[in-house]
Order: sequence, then structure tokens, then C-alpha cells
Amino acid sequence: MRIVVCVKQIPDPATPGKLDSETNRLIRPAEQILDDTDRYGIEVGLNLAEQTDGTVCLLSMGPSGTMQGIRQALAMGADQAVMVDDPSLEDSDALTTARVLAAAARRQGFDLVVTGVESTDGYSGVVPQMIAEFLEVPALTFARRVEMDGADLRIERQTASGFDDVRSGTPAVLSVTAGAVEPRYPTFRGIMAAKNKPIETMTAADLGVAQTSGQRVVSVEPAPERQGGEVVEDDGTGHLRIVEFLESAKVI
Amino acid sequence: MSVWVFIEGTDSGPGESALEVLSKAASHGETVAIYLGEASEQVLAELGRYGASAVYVLTGGGGLPAAAVSITLAGLIEQESPEAVLFAQTYASRDVAGRLAARINRPVISNAVDVAFESGYRVTSELFGGTKLVETSFTAQGPALVLVRPKSFAAEPRGGTVGRVEEHRLPEAGHAGSAQVLGSKVEQSEGPQLSSAKVIISGGRGLGGAEAYSLIEEVAEPLGAATGATRAIVDAGWVPYSKQVGQTGKTVKPEVYIACGVSGAMQHLVGMKDSKRIVAINKDPEAPIFSVADLGIVGDVHNVLPKLAEVLREH
Repeated sequence: MRIVVCVKQIPDPATPGKLDSETNRLIRPAEQILDDTDRYGIEVGLNLAEQTDGTVCLLSMGPSGTMQGIRQALAMGADQAVMVDDPSLEDSDALTTARVLAAAARRQGFDLVVTGVESTDGYSGVVPQMIAEFLEVPALTFARRVEMDGADLRIERQTASGFDDVRSGTPAVLSVTAGAVEPRYPTFRGIMAAKNKPIETMTAADLGVAQTSGQRVVSVEPAPERQGGEVVEDDGTGHLRIVEFLESAKVI
Repeated sequence: MSVWVFIEGTDSGPGESALEVLSKAASHGETVAIYLGEASEQVLAELGRYGASAVYVLTGGGGLPAAAVSITLAGLIEQESPEAVLFAQTYASRDVAGRLAARINRPVISNAVDVAFESGYRVTSELFGGTKLVETSFTAQGPALVLVRPKSFAAEPRGGTVGRVEEHRLPEAGHAGSAQVLGSKVEQSEGPQLSSAKVIISGGRGLGGAEAYSLIEEVAEPLGAATGATRAIVDAGWVPYSKQVGQTGKTVKPEVYIACGVSGAMQHLVGMKDSKRIVAINKDPEAPIFSVADLGIVGDVHNVLPKLAEVLREH
């Protein structure tokens, strides 16, 4: 199976995101890391490729920077990467992002496009479904368990009250939740091999797509912050402080 | 011109988060509920009570319905040009909103916490784990597509009735609609629910292991509290996903939220920071959770929780 896994390089979430005060754009440092939630999609992609004697191609859109995040992803075992890096795509919304990723996947050729459920930095949570619509294939979303069933995919799809048992043929888009699998750690060999794996870089024009915008950011404000209250060391009576608090809140 | 609210029907009807969005839309004007599922008299009455003046019932369509629903909605939008299509941000709604947006080439704004019905619409959404609020307006022609975070609005009955009901049968969606649902399993936890309980007690990594989650349950029982969890312990397989509170889980607003061994990662805070009161128990005095807690106890959950459970049982 030809598997394309969408991944994203993001600013380290440990440092709070910064916006350019004039353009309201997210400031992206050259050194970006692999979005942690993408490791689950990569693991699923690698598993399925191993079972079907297939290939895994990583696909990413955004400023390449030092490529640190992409190398991290390649080190897990993917065969190659395609990077869409184009200043004209800066500040793209989910719709443009999905259009670009769909075009790149089509150009690459695929049986399955694997994504996370949502990125850690933007978390719009609709890109996988949009990619599926552009590619005219099923969107197997929120998968928490994935296996092959003959030539079909069989997934447990998370729902509000439990899960659905879903079967689908390919081609398809598959979005996996964190926790679907235990992502492998890159081995030393994997890390060394990643340095020489092919990374193809392309532009929006190469794909015949352009940014469209139907929205405009009017303002960005800090959200009202909650004030912290009293913090006390537990001297063996901490539980009584909590009981008092629950009494004053009239819940007991 | 009207506002449409897409609603994914469940066994028990429209569901709370959909009624919240319906109430908000109805405060603006004529509101059409787009209801996916079997709409009984009871369901129609409930939709009317919460503000729908018309209901379009989408029927048929097996498997995963989002591809077929987006075809139908795109057709209806073309004919009737609604001002906006609002969705409660649930699983099925995200699938429909994403596919529809791509189909009609309109942006969709996710994580909305407020909508102002004025020219171009103004949608307030959360960014960076809810630390920033972004106001966005729609520019090009076409309906505003908005996914609204649960608990952003109050579900308020307005006492109306539905005047018009139309049935729309979902079409064949070809390969895009070909995934089959072979079965559904309910895993909903019994007892008090996260969406409605007055008190919620949640556990995180600080519990140390899956077996220690029983400490949370022992405190929850005498309190009549719902039990929650962080993504970290759900991912680790200690408790089912239905307990997850946070960006990728449930958004909650109880009277009191008790966070036990929870560090306070952005991903978790966004789902519980609007609780009326917050209590945190954590060994690490530097844990970010203390910056939002009304009462913080720096201590070991393994010491504090058993004693708390004992006192509450005698209370």
C-alpha cells in the first residue's frame, strides 16, 4: 500500500506561541519540532506499510526551517518526505492547507492518507475531512484502533458515547487519535539513515494551487486570566481544607 | 435569510451541545435545524422549544454519513443561501463541517466560543489552549461556517414550535460515502456525567498508575461527583477516552473541579478552566495547575485522597 502520512513542524509547545503584533501571524522559529500527535499517524502508517509490503511518504506544508521535525519523523522509519514550502502559503487557513495537502498526495500517488486528528498548534480539527472531500474518498476519522481486514481497513472510530466498528476500502483518508498505538522511538540507525533520505521540496505553483481566503482576523486579545488562589502545603490536614472549601461552595 | 444549525441526532435526541447552539442562533432570528436521524414528534417538539422555526430532517444514508450530508447541504445552501451554518463541535459535526467547507469552498472557523450576528459575522475562537481570543470575520460570499465549542452558550427553551418540517433523503455519495459501519458500542460511564455533574474529580499522571484511579472513584462516590481524566492517562490506557477532559476531550463547567495529580497542561486547561471553582492537589509546587486553582494543596494524592474519601463518607 502506498501510504502518505501528513505531518507538521510546529514551534515547541513548551514555549508559548507568539503572534506578530502587526500581522497577527504566528511567528515560526527556524527550529521547529515534529508535532507530537503526528507520531501516532506515523506509527500507524509504518505498521500498515509493514503488513502490506508498502511504502511511507511523509507530507508536510510550512516553512522548512532546519527540517529538524521532518528528520525526526524520517528517523522513525518513513521512506521519504515531500515538503510544500512556499511564502505565498504563509498564514493559510485549514481549507487552503487541506487543498495543498490533497494536491500533493494526488501528485505523489496514494492508497491511504494518514493524519492526526488535529495539530497541537492550530487544532482546527477539520483538515483530514477536507482532504478527504478534495480527494473524493472516505474520511475514516478519529480512529483509535486500526487493522487490515483482507484488502480493507477496519477501524474503531471514537464516538461521543463509545466507538463504531468501521470497514472501508481504499483509497481513503485515515485520522488517528493519540493513543491509537505506541509510537516507536527512533533508533540510532534510524536517525543516521534519516540524514540521507530524500526530501523533495515544492511550491504551490508546482501543485497548481493558490491560497484562497474567505476570512479575516479582526483582533487578537489575551483571554481573561483566572486568578490563582491560596496554595497550602499538606501538613496532614490538607483534606480538611478541601472539605471546608466544598462546604463553602455548598456542594456538600 | 436564516441561520442553520446542523444537529447530529442521538438515541436521546438532539443532545445538549446542539441545543446550546440552537438557542444562540434563535436569539438572532429565523432558525432552521438540520437534523440527521429519525425525528420523532418528541424530537421536533424539543427542537421547536429551543428555537427552531423549521426542521430539515436528513434520512437514509448508511455507513459514515458525512459525505452524503455535505452533498445535500451544499445543494440546499445553493438554493436557499443561509447566512450561516453553525455546528456544535462534536465528532460527526466536525466530519460534516470539514467536508462541506471543502465542497462549497468556504472557510470554517473551529473552536468558536462566541458568534456576533452582524455584517460578515464575527466569530470569537480560542487559540493557544484558550490563552488568546481571536475575532474573525468572513469576507467572501456564502454562509459563515462555524464549529462551536460545547458549553459556550446556555441551552434555553424559548417555548416555540416548529412550523415547517421537510424531509431530505441523503443521496448515494459514491466511493466517498462507501465506508460501512458494522456496529456501534456504547462505553458511556455510568453514574454522574461529566457534562452535567456539579462536582468533577479528575486524575492525571501524578496518580502514578492505573490502579490508583480507584482513589479518584472513592472520593467521587460520596460527593456524587463525575470522574474525569487527563489525555496523558487516557493515552496510557488507564481509563477510557469517555473520561477525557480537555481540548481533544470534553469541555466541562462544574461548580467545583478537583484536579488530582494533574500538572495543568494547556490541552487540559482549555477543557476545565471555566469551572466555577477549582481545587488542585499536586506534589509539585510549580505545577501550572496551581495558577488557576482557587485552593491548591501541595501534597501527595496518595495521602490526601484516602483521608478525603473517609471524611466525606462520614459527612
